[in-house]
Amino acid sequence: MAHLALKNVSKSFGGLLAVDSLDLELPAGKILSLIGPNGAGKTTVFNMITGVYPPTRGKIIYDGKTLNRLKSSRIVARGIARTFQNIRLFKSMTVLENVEVGMHCRTKSGAVRALLRTPFTLREERAIENKALEILEFFSLRRYSNEYASNLPYGDQRRLEIARAMAAEPRLLLLDEPAAGMNPSETAELMQLILKLRDTGITILLVEHDMKLVMGISEIVSVLDHGQKIAEGLPAEIQKNEKVIEAYLGSGRKKKK
Amino acid sequence: MIRQEIKKLAVYSVFLAILILPMVGFRTTHFEAGRAFKVLGLFIAILVANFVAKVVRSRRGEDQLQKVSLGDRISLRFAEIPKIYTLGLLVAVAAVFPLLADNYMIDVGITCLIYVTLGLGLNIVVGLCGLLDLGYIAFYAVGAYTYALLNLRFGVSFWAALPAGVLMGMFLGCVIGYPTLKMRGDYLAIVTMGFGEIIRLVLNNWDKLTAGPNGLFGMQKPTLYYPGFHDGGLHLSVYSIKTLPALYYMILIIALLTLVGIRRLNDSRIGRAWVAVREDETAAELSGVPTTWLKLLAYALGAGFAAVAGAFFAAKLSYVNPNFFIFMESCIVLCIVVLGGSGSIPGVIVAGFILIAVPEIFRELQNYRMLAFGAIMAIMMVLKPDGLIPARRRRVQMAERRQLAGESNE
Repeated sequence: MAHLALKNVSKSFGGLLAVDSLDLELPAGKILSLIGPNGAGKTTVFNMITGVYPPTRGKIIYDGKTLNRLKSSRIVARGIARTFQNIRLFKSMTVLENVEVGMHCRTKSGAVRALLRTPFTLREERAIENKALEILEFFSLRRYSNEYASNLPYGDQRRLEIARAMAAEPRLLLLDEPAAGMNPSETAELMQLILKLRDTGITILLVEHDMKLVMGISEIVSVLDHGQKIAEGLPAEIQKNEKVIEAYLGSGRKKKK
Repeated sequence: MIRQEIKKLAVYSVFLAILILPMVGFRTTHFEAGRAFKVLGLFIAILVANFVAKVVRSRRGEDQLQKVSLGDRISLRFAEIPKIYTLGLLVAVAAVFPLLADNYMIDVGITCLIYVTLGLGLNIVVGLCGLLDLGYIAFYAVGAYTYALLNLRFGVSFWAALPAGVLMGMFLGCVIGYPTLKMRGDYLAIVTMGFGEIIRLVLNNWDKLTAGPNGLFGMQKPTLYYPGFHDGGLHLSVYSIKTLPALYYMILIIALLTLVGIRRLNDSRIGRAWVAVREDETAAELSGVPTTWLKLLAYALGAGFAAVAGAFFAAKLSYVNPNFFIFMESCIVLCIVVLGGSGSIPGVIVAGFILIAVPEIFRELQNYRMLAFGAIMAIMMVLKPDGLIPARRRRVQMAERRQLAGESNE
């Protein structure tokens, strides 16, 4: 059963066609990587799935229901969480609070309950704190709980973003260039982390430029170029695909051969 | 470093002298040197005190070791004392105050507390949610006029009119909030300012309902009912809150309840979501926080607290007129929030007292007392750009902290 499906999805910004009739199927429990040269439309795909803007044409279907025109926060509640290409943490909040914000859509206490501080609210607050600490433990960030997010080292900020996304209990996690700016050993750690997440039953959609990471963990690789899907398959197939090589390196390569 | 500081001190002093001497000293006929130098001396004393503090600190070598600002150290110091004692002490001082002060001081105290309540309410909108609101005083006006009208036209008592005023304030908060949801920063500020003025102009011009610029007067004071024996049976006696100390205690209770309410909101799931919206609205929405709803909620709750303060204000004076609610008032409340440290509750309280009480101390300077207001703003923004007591987010409970410390020591 397909978890997420994009059907004939297009997005244009004024005259610029960023994504052109894209079909994409993401089977449940797999890791799918979306790769392509800069400006191929990968982040646009992410933004459409998460409701930052609606597609111009086409349908995005998740678990049999269309996501078009839903607010981003509702989409998160449906079980799709994401991270950002350039880190967007809540900088003046503590690490723990960042994760707690991620749990917003799974908790209930409203303003009235908070004002009255009902037993329900107190119980929920305790549950939120414990759960958040557990998540931080999983991402080995617990010792930073009380630090402000902006004080974390770069690699840990990346991991905290994933932790915050996971706090929303998603079944589909979108990672937008999680390895950007990481050194090889950090990338290797990240790879293990992503596999660990997949093993908990989460589907992962990955946009990434680091080919070692992409080829190392993806079960399916889709290649975008100029908003169109030019290839899809196993990592090994993609590496040999002529069209992909052309998109990345230009057609001059063949002649030189 | 000391040379640098001396230079700074000299520059600031000269600047203040240029600013203060002509404005305070010149009368139409002569130059009042004594009065001008008195004011100048006070400001320079503040600068010198700051200079001495810095020198002492640098002698101790603290500046090199760790750059902890004064505000940080104050709030850290406070964090060490169990909160209940600090709060208890403050409440005790506030409660004893009317017994020691004269009526004028009590009146100033009441004004301070009204502005503290307003500052705390606006703190939700500006400090926590990050929405720059320049028309906040409109909700204060709505609270005041709702009580005035309900009481004068229908004889509704204060306690019955209060929830009506709050609901009215919250409703208008949403009405103003809704069209501005997609705006940020300067645009939002301009629009809220416009809405604030619209409400004042409506009050000013709707003669039939609000009596226009003449204002409404003769509202009853709030009353309390208590059971007692007289005339040979159990009856409810009526106590009218009309003396200044009684009104002072009433606004003290209102301010304390507001304080407790806002603390609770701040530490709750809703408070966290507000701060997340302030930090990065897009990231908040994409982390599952319904930002639209939370922004409306911030407007509504902020307006609600202002309406409570407004109803009290109308009851205290028994008089309202639209000129109490000019744009300048919104600015003062905003200054209280920003000066205290956006999002910081103790900061708002301290700033409320400083900004309202200090111009009163300079009242003998007549119109120039606003200069004191401006000077305070300027000096504090130079010395403490993050506000008096910068906001800090709540840390995990003590036990947890110790555990964490233990872990990192291992």
